[in-house]
Amino acid sequence: MIEMTITNAQYNATDGTNVSIDATIDGVEMSVPLCEGNRHYDEIMRQVDAGTLTIAEAE
Amino acid sequence: MSKLKVTTISDPDNDNTALSIDSSGNVTVSQGFVPSTQLSHRNLIINGAMQIDQRGTTTATTITGSFGNDRWFARESTGGTAQIQNSTDAPDGFTNSFKYIITSSADLSSDAGGLCYVDTPLEGNIISNLAFGTSSAKTVTLSFWVKSSLTGTFAGALGNERYTSTTRSYVFNYDISTANTWEYKTITISGDTTGTWNTNSSIGMSVLFSLGSGSNYEGTLNTWQSGHKIANSGAVRLIGTNSATWQITGVQLEVGSVATPFEHRSYGEELARCKRYYQQWGGNTGSERVMTGFYNSSNQLRICLPLHPNMRTTPSIGVSAHSHWKVEVSGSSSNTAHSLDQASPRVASINVTTNHTRSAGDCGQLIANDDGTNNSRLYLDAEL
Repeated sequence: MIEMTITNAQYNATDGTNVSIDATIDGVEMSVPLCEGNRHYDEIMRQVDAGTLTIAEAE
Repeated sequence: MSKLKVTTISDPDNDNTALSIDSSGNVTVSQGFVPSTQLSHRNLIINGAMQIDQRGTTTATTITGSFGNDRWFARESTGGTAQIQNSTDAPDGFTNSFKYIITSSADLSSDAGGLCYVDTPLEGNIISNLAFGTSSAKTVTLSFWVKSSLTGTFAGALGNERYTSTTRSYVFNYDISTANTWEYKTITISGDTTGTWNTNSSIGMSVLFSLGSGSNYEGTLNTWQSGHKIANSGAVRLIGTNSATWQITGVQLEVGSVATPFEHRSYGEELARCKRYYQQWGGNTGSERVMTGFYNSSNQLRICLPLHPNMRTTPSIGVSAHSHWKVEVSGSSSNTAHSLDQASPRVASINVTTNHTRSAGDCGQLIANDDGTNNSRLYLDAEL
């Protein structure tokens, strides 16, 4: 697993259900699926578990 | 040493010619031929010849941790800075190389956690035939062409994961004897009979070339060991020399103790392999039209991208900038967001938010908002 700089993480919802996480990753705006095995999702959750990242609720 | 001169070799029972040699030394095998290793698909490395560069890194790009030529990742986490570049400087028989350039040096003697390297992560499915982690683990041979402005003993490593998740490592050395000259290297490594080596779509192995590491990542040479080790003490630290360069191409990892000639694959075949991990639209001349979709609300277009080939896992989506893309409607428009809706390794549904207002159900087409520099890129990332 490669460490990444992740900011502005926020859930993205379709019909009231979270489907992805929008975030700025290493300076790039990305949309990340809620899928283990996706390297961005795995790193987001690692940082959340470490208490260094919070994911905002969907608007 | 002795020499045997023959024109034919026949089987001992029926005297059928099995092999013949003409006056020019050409060999014809007339009966079945059973090699000890496979004749094709020997190379486990994807894009070992560095031909595929979907991200477009022909201009040197400053990195901290980024993929450059497809499947090749570069890291620089020291007090220095570095750039990577897809170079057209290559040895005979190759057209491209991966180039690493030190733009500001760093002294790692007092930075135990410093890391500087190039690696390519291999999916577990690719290395499953190696039987690593079992008593049947196979010997592998790594071969490559390398060139550097520095000479000396460099280091590299095989690992069962990447970065801090790595629990098994094998550190090797190779010498560069002449500066700025392409040299061919081969390294033979006995398979690891212990440790956990994934054989699924997760990472199976990292093939890494150290360009400098702090003492935390220095290990013992030529043996399998625990932890994340990428070099040995005393190996050349490229990051320690300002403007130093290092290039590599023709990378092959194969079963067996002999390095066979590099297995050149067609551009199309190599591109398809790379697209399992990364697919991109845009980045070329003109306004590339990607996909037609429908407005599911007044300012949001939804498009569905079928993924060919299927990707390794459900991908993330990224864009060079939201404003680099637009939905084709009358008058100008500019997008403000691209978010993943539903996705799988086979298809990606994307919600595109625009600054135009339309009626739900209207059609629209996502196209590159050409900024004149061909930098409009939209990509899906399922890299390891």
